[in-house]
Amino acid sequence: GGFEDNMQGGGSAVIDMENMDDTSGSSFEDMGEMHQRMKEEEEEEAEGDAGAGEEEDGEFLGMKGLRGQLGRQVADQMWQVGKRQASKAFSLYANIDILRPYFDVEPVQVRARLLESMIPVKMINFPQKIAGELYGPLMLVFTLVAILLHGMKTSDTIIREGTLMGTAIGTCFGYWLGVSSFMYFLAYLCNAQITMVQMLSLLGYGLFGHCITLFVTYNIHFHSLFYIFWLVVGGLSTLRMVAVLVSRTVGHTQRLILCGTLAALHMLFLLYLHFAYHKVVEGILDTLEGPNMPPFQRVARDVPVVSNAVLNTTAKAIALTL
Amino acid sequence: FPGLADVSISQDIPVEGEITVPVGSHSPDEDYSTLDEPVRDTIMRDLKAVGKKFVHVMYPRKSSALLRDWDLWGPLVLCVSLALMLQGGSADSKDDGGPQFAEVFVIIWFGAVVITLNSKLLGGTISFFQSLCVLGYCVLPLTVAMLVCRLVLLAGAGTISFIIRLIVVVAMFGWSTLASTAFLADSQPPNRKALVVYPIFLFYFVISWMILTFTPQ
Repeated sequence: GGFEDNMQGGGSAVIDMENMDDTSGSSFEDMGEMHQRMKEEEEEEAEGDAGAGEEEDGEFLGMKGLRGQLGRQVADQMWQVGKRQASKAFSLYANIDILRPYFDVEPVQVRARLLESMIPVKMINFPQKIAGELYGPLMLVFTLVAILLHGMKTSDTIIREGTLMGTAIGTCFGYWLGVSSFMYFLAYLCNAQITMVQMLSLLGYGLFGHCITLFVTYNIHFHSLFYIFWLVVGGLSTLRMVAVLVSRTVGHTQRLILCGTLAALHMLFLLYLHFAYHKVVEGILDTLEGPNMPPFQRVARDVPVVSNAVLNTTAKAIALTL
Repeated sequence: FPGLADVSISQDIPVEGEITVPVGSHSPDEDYSTLDEPVRDTIMRDLKAVGKKFVHVMYPRKSSALLRDWDLWGPLVLCVSLALMLQGGSADSKDDGGPQFAEVFVIIWFGAVVITLNSKLLGGTISFFQSLCVLGYCVLPLTVAMLVCRLVLLAGAGTISFIIRLIVVVAMFGWSTLASTAFLADSQPPNRKALVVYPIFLFYFVISWMILTFTPQ
């Protein structure tokens, strides 16, 4: 579309020979032409063209000669073309309507997809359909951010160089966007039939298992419970993603590469989320066993005194469990 | 001025306008110019508009006053006061006081922008700033909750105070969500209301959680 517009209509790439006057040294009887030159003059001044327009009077334009006129013509046309292209690019990319089709869902569909994300498919010889939808994944990422925030505050995490919220948002969005891009790149290398939006959608719905696991285990602090949830819930959602991906890839080596990478990254992320933001509370429980600290109590920030003593025992507790 | 004695104007031509120095261009809505009124009038008018919107938030009815004349003064005041009250509630080190203010500010504005974009993408008919205005004003119940929590914490930080704070914050959280839903959900197609309400719920949940876990040092 842009190429044709340049050739027809408003601006032409060809210099308009009508405006060039051989006797430009002495002809200024055409008022229309003079007005147009003055207009171009103004536009060039507006552009920041230094020097040319400052001293001149409109009437003495003709004295400038051929080169001056040509130069002004070219500058004017380049300005027009540039302005047109910039406004086209802006209206194309800054338009949020591009994203509108990806948000076209019904609540029942979202619920169905959430439940499906925990059920691994059995048929891996036939490419499984992935809905290219971004509402569900986006909401799941934000939910994960909220759960992380809750977990960080209950475990009295102190972040020195930044804010809690910044860390939570950075971690979750970084994982979603970064791992999606990486898997898309790998899928491209392994000739898998998947688009970027589908990959984003698949991984986003895979975070549903993470949300459930973290929501439960941030409130009920038992190590073994976390491991069970990690294996079962995390494993189910990983299996589903892996099965869908496998159904869209041919070749054993490629399937192995894709599935191995995705499974490793997904499961390790859940481990990381649990251990990076939660160790202090477990330390509290290990030291203060007894009726004083039931596991369901919110030990948010009401126990600053304990945290110092806890930090020493935390290292011991982790070393013991690992 | 002896020089002006020669200046004569024919009596047929009516002379109008001001003899003072002409001021640039005359805008077409000069009749409604608010430049000449006393400053007190200007401020009181804006304050009254903000106050009226506060009342609309506390008693959410199906009125469109909040939507029609949107302004961002109220949300700014609420956001700043909430952020100031939440400051200084962190652990021992002194450099944790700073991020709290920025955190709250960024959460509120970034969250409001995301919710607005989301509702627009889902086919909403409300404009960007109108939505920001509604979401900002509906933070008012939570600011009130923060005030109450601070007062309760002055009396002590035990289990009973925690229960009181929990009840107050949950009630205000529900109020905020209902108030903003009353304004925003109408602009959506009827079967997609749940899709718009959920992010609002999450947004106010995060703010309520920050208020509930606040402990002054």
